[in-house]
Amino acid sequence: MSKEKLSGAELVVRSLEYMNISTIFGLPGGAILPAYDPLYDSPIRHILARHEQGSGHMAEGYAQATGELGVVIATSGPGATNLITPLTNALMDSTPLLAITGQVASEAIGNDAFQEAYTVGLTMAATKHNYLITTAEEIPQVLLEAKHIATTGRPGPVLVDIPKDILNQKVEWIEPKLTEMPGYKPTLEPNPKMISQAAELIKQSKKPILYVGGGIIHSKANQELFELATKFKIPVVTTLMGRGAFPDGNELCFEMPGMHGNYTATTSIQKSDLLIAIGVRFDDRVTANPKFFAQNAKVIHADIDPAEIGKIREPEVPIVGDAKSVITGLIEKLADTDLNTSDWLDELNQMKKEYPLSYDQEEKGPLKVPFVLEELQKLADDDAIVVSGVGQHQMWISQHWNFTSPNTWLNSGGLGTMGYSLPAAIGAKAAYPDRQILALDGDGCFQMTCQELITASTENIPIKIVVFNNGNHGMVRQWQKIFYKNRFSASELTHHTPDYVALAESMGATGLRMIEKSDVKKVFEKMLEIDDKPVLVECIVDPEDMVFPMVPAGGSNDVVILNEDDLKKL
Amino acid sequence: MSERILSVLVEDKPGVLARVASTISRRGFNINSLAVGPTNIEGRSKMTIVTELESVEQVKKQLNKLINVIKIVELDPDNTIESEVLLLKVSINKDTQTSVIEKASLSGAKSVDVGQDYAVFEMTGSSKDLDKLENLLKPFGIIEMIRGGRIAIQTKL
Ligand SMILES: Cc1ncc(C[n+]2csc(CCOP(=O)(O)OP(=O)(O)O)c2C)c(N)n1
Ligand SMILES: [Mg+2]
Repeated sequence: MSKEKLSGAELVVRSLEYMNISTIFGLPGGAILPAYDPLYDSPIRHILARHEQGSGHMAEGYAQATGELGVVIATSGPGATNLITPLTNALMDSTPLLAITGQVASEAIGNDAFQEAYTVGLTMAATKHNYLITTAEEIPQVLLEAKHIATTGRPGPVLVDIPKDILNQKVEWIEPKLTEMPGYKPTLEPNPKMISQAAELIKQSKKPILYVGGGIIHSKANQELFELATKFKIPVVTTLMGRGAFPDGNELCFEMPGMHGNYTATTSIQKSDLLIAIGVRFDDRVTANPKFFAQNAKVIHADIDPAEIGKIREPEVPIVGDAKSVITGLIEKLADTDLNTSDWLDELNQMKKEYPLSYDQEEKGPLKVPFVLEELQKLADDDAIVVSGVGQHQMWISQHWNFTSPNTWLNSGGLGTMGYSLPAAIGAKAAYPDRQILALDGDGCFQMTCQELITASTENIPIKIVVFNNGNHGMVRQWQKIFYKNRFSASELTHHTPDYVALAESMGATGLRMIEKSDVKKVFEKMLEIDDKPVLVECIVDPEDMVFPMVPAGGSNDVVILNEDDLKKL
Repeated sequence: MSERILSVLVEDKPGVLARVASTISRRGFNINSLAVGPTNIEGRSKMTIVTELESVEQVKKQLNKLINVIKIVELDPDNTIESEVLLLKVSINKDTQTSVIEKASLSGAKSVDVGQDYAVFEMTGSSKDLDKLENLLKPFGIIEMIRGGRIAIQTKL
């Protein structure tokens, strides 16, 4: 008896089901249409975005909230090119993503056919790997491989481009099996010799600091990190991507270092004699000018991606491996070492007392973002997920929100993609319908992808959006104040257009507004009460407020600008 | 700065050269030569990349991240045989013909086509020897020259 034949399109859908994918995000079009037909009958939930960039960020939000693969599907040409931003974003932040794109028919490829784009070429530098399918038989195998590549080692986006004729080709389903890939064997287990050397350095150190980032979250190593830090009393700083990897509020947590990090976190690294860097990449937003970064410190650098080690800073002890195994190894090796870091911790705590993060909310004055955030956190659930845009508000959230567990802070760290927040929040809510998902966005960012509010309403995804309306590309304005003599070239939006409340209502959401200090609590209470549709709160905030501390790009972390007066130091 | 030679074993799949080239250009690596061709192993090609970069470790690591790159070996210059092929077309006339052909053959080049006013030479050798040939024939007027890129193999097992 001959086996049943399926179309390439049916193979795509069956493969997704086979890989236990429950939710995908996308937008149809000519070349991918064959795949949308079997999707119509599939138990897989398809969420129809209003723009492919939105669908890509939704898949990212889904992946970043869950730690699992996010899937996005788009058509050829403009559908695929619209995915380039989220793909690059996912590459920079190591988010596991599978993008499936339609392509023009095999024989039309190369002829500038209607809606043809060289997707594999265009996304080569925007993906961890990509494929052009040439026969329908290989679809299940390639999709399984793509998932494997996206989710293992250093996670990242993988794109699979499928010509339309192949989606229509009828072949038998061949059960896919992961076979060895000769060129892809991520190193998970660290070299024990390196672990011993690292432990030796730690034992000799008087001022160690754990500098940790997104790698901890990808590796689900937060518990191990907690044990390492608390058992040996090592202070911790968490990068923008690593917020939540170690709980804020813990006496060892000094939170975020870097360009807009707090003074103590940034300075702790400068004063440290040993950086224990795990799952971080010495990003310039952390190091400022690397020449001046942690000049007194030896460095242990552990990462799953060997290319990160020595890229910016040559470590004394390089460790290639998964963060969880690395940390477990270190805990074992250190055994019952008594590190005695109490002088060091005293020094840091003294600093923290002297240079706290601060803001000034006047009773009758305009609202300040940090104040509003603190009020919101008092009312929000402990396991709420916060999804940010890019700009001043993002830095304030990272500074002032207390993150106590991993995957509760989603943001675009590496690429700094405006427009990420709202769609990523939709993705997170699709993954966790019962949790509070808070899209805390800037007005500039919101305007980049606000049409996805329609997606949230129509797909019944009741996220909460706070638009911090300072009437400006605030971060740009801040730089223009500091570096361009107050010449506000093209950074002004307006406080009044659009009417955010009306816009929200027109898109099927509830719109609320807060202007004064006395509004904040009651408006947020109302926002949190509404659970049957998306709610948008317009929060009108001070356009003149600036984010401090600040270390200017390319500067030295030894010179932290603490406030406006301090700008004279520049 | 001394040269470093990378011998890169890759899967023989469409787009592999583009991926390697894209990585090299995206990361801003300068290279002197890149040659690619089949190997004795089915489905595997070899690329030989010559660079003067101090950051050759970064080149290796970034290329290693490519899924289709299987293995990268940096060749030890003391135990490496290098070779490159060259085709060179030079002007000749009645007066110069003999001396051009003599000079070229003394350098190790083979004349593969001689016309009334041109001669084509082929040569394989180290890139330095090829440079020498080029300089030697330059005064006669080189019409066209093509070099195949440097390939290299380790001498010991
Ligand atoms: C897609 C994109 N374009 C431009 C920028 C540059 N940029 C960084 S922050 C910013 C302003 C963001 O404005 P808003 O969302 O209002 O946030 P605010 O800084 O006011 O809090 C701009 C334009 C960017 N990061 N991303
Ligand atoms: Mg703004």
